[in-house]
Amino acid sequence: MAMLEVRDLVVNYGSINAIKKISFDVNEGEVVALIGANGAGKTTTLHTITGLLKAKSGSVMFEGTELLKTPPHKIVEMGMAHVPEGRRIFQQLSVYKNLTLGAFTRKDKDSIDATLKMVYSKFPRLEERKKQIAGTLSGGEQQMLAMGRALMSKPKIILMDEPSMGLSPLFVAEVFKIIEEIRASGTTVLLVEQNAKKALEIADRAYVLETGKIVLSGGAKELMNNESVKKAYLGE
Amino acid sequence: MNFLSYLISGVSLGSVYALIALGYTMVYGIAKMLNFAHGDIIMIGGFVVFTAISSAATSPVIAIICGIIVCTLLGVVIEKVAYKPLRNASPLAVLITAIGVSYLLQNVALLIFGSASKNFPNLFKNVPDWHVAEGLTVSGVTIVTICVTVVIMVGLTLFIHYTKPGTAMQAVSEDRGAAQLMGVNVNTTISLTFAIGSALAAVASVLLCSAYPLLNPYTGAMPGIKAFVAAVFGGIGSIPGAMIGGILLGVIENLSKAYISSQLSDAIVFAVLIIILSLKPTGILGKKIREKV
Repeated sequence: MAMLEVRDLVVNYGSINAIKKISFDVNEGEVVALIGANGAGKTTTLHTITGLLKAKSGSVMFEGTELLKTPPHKIVEMGMAHVPEGRRIFQQLSVYKNLTLGAFTRKDKDSIDATLKMVYSKFPRLEERKKQIAGTLSGGEQQMLAMGRALMSKPKIILMDEPSMGLSPLFVAEVFKIIEEIRASGTTVLLVEQNAKKALEIADRAYVLETGKIVLSGGAKELMNNESVKKAYLGE
Repeated sequence: MNFLSYLISGVSLGSVYALIALGYTMVYGIAKMLNFAHGDIIMIGGFVVFTAISSAATSPVIAIICGIIVCTLLGVVIEKVAYKPLRNASPLAVLITAIGVSYLLQNVALLIFGSASKNFPNLFKNVPDWHVAEGLTVSGVTIVTICVTVVIMVGLTLFIHYTKPGTAMQAVSEDRGAAQLMGVNVNTTISLTFAIGSALAAVASVLLCSAYPLLNPYTGAMPGIKAFVAAVFGGIGSIPGAMIGGILLGVIENLSKAYISSQLSDAIVFAVLIIILSLKPTGILGKKIREKV
């Protein structure tokens, strides 16, 4: 059984049928990429998995629990963190407070402190700026904060939505290096990216989404050599 | 000396506005709605305390506690029954519902207590007046009002900044979806906000009615509107803004009553509001959130 199993998921956005019966799996320890153009339904898919949007039908099973029937605030406690599109850090709160909000559902103060140390060692810039108001960080630093905040919940799986969007090449490289590290530490990653080349380089497997449907899937290397993927997403 | 005494009673009146404004501003910040029934919670609080004292002859302390409990429950129930089903409805629908709840509370009070004004007892008559100097006396009610308000404001600020539910409130107020992703229960947080706001309204009702003893079903309406103005004045959604806005409003109102005209005092208050808002549309401490991509 896969860690995350999405089956026949249908999501409507008002009157628009945004997701049309998609199914995919994420196995423990994998990095799985969802790639596709703007408006293909990638963000909608992630938002539905973590309960920010309601599904019309289908099923999302996470380690045997139906997420579509789970109250959204319980999902993070089950071991799923979501780094949303546009980071959505709490701009008016300090860096430190943002990180503690990441551990909101955890109770043991000692182990929270240990995670905080781990996050600070991964992102030294966040420790330097822990008292700063998060809205004053640069875009790249805000992305680091969003990732650090997600790690604070000690997730088994992290959903990442466009982590490289709007960042300088230096930060893009940094973001993908961190995703590698997260995988190496045993955490599963479901990655949504418009930067298909970078995403396929790092992923084990990928699904290609087009106007709400999965049109292609397979191993990342295999998709990288697929002619239509090359033409549509890799600009070759 | 006269000026000082007008100023102090202005601060005292403003403290009451500030306590009410906190309810408006917290609910606006966290639930993103204007709870126009908030003023009427004050009136209900006044009647509960009045009834407890006059017919059940309870001690003032117990009566005040009853008032706080009833108002807190009422606030939470109103949110659950009237506003929660409209969580994703248009803001206009929620606003109209809030006005409806306001009329409902006024009319229920009218039905139970009648329209004749009751004479609210001064619960703080045992607190001695303070003769600061020749010609300057601060009444017991004023002292109690200012002290209670200071304690509540400090307590609330500590609560918001240093407790988990307080942090949850800050998170929900900034980004409800992101807060939910952190595992914050948005519904519980909104309920808590209504509970705190309504409890503060109950406290405000006791202070208000002790200083201005006429209690009828419309008692809460005008202070409610003025406190709303105070919240906008200070920057709606901002807690320190509501405190500053409330006190400033009370001071301006009292000084214009004393030196310009008691009939025009409300007009002057609103004129100052218009001037401030035209200079700074977000209010004194209102935040402008900058988007960063």
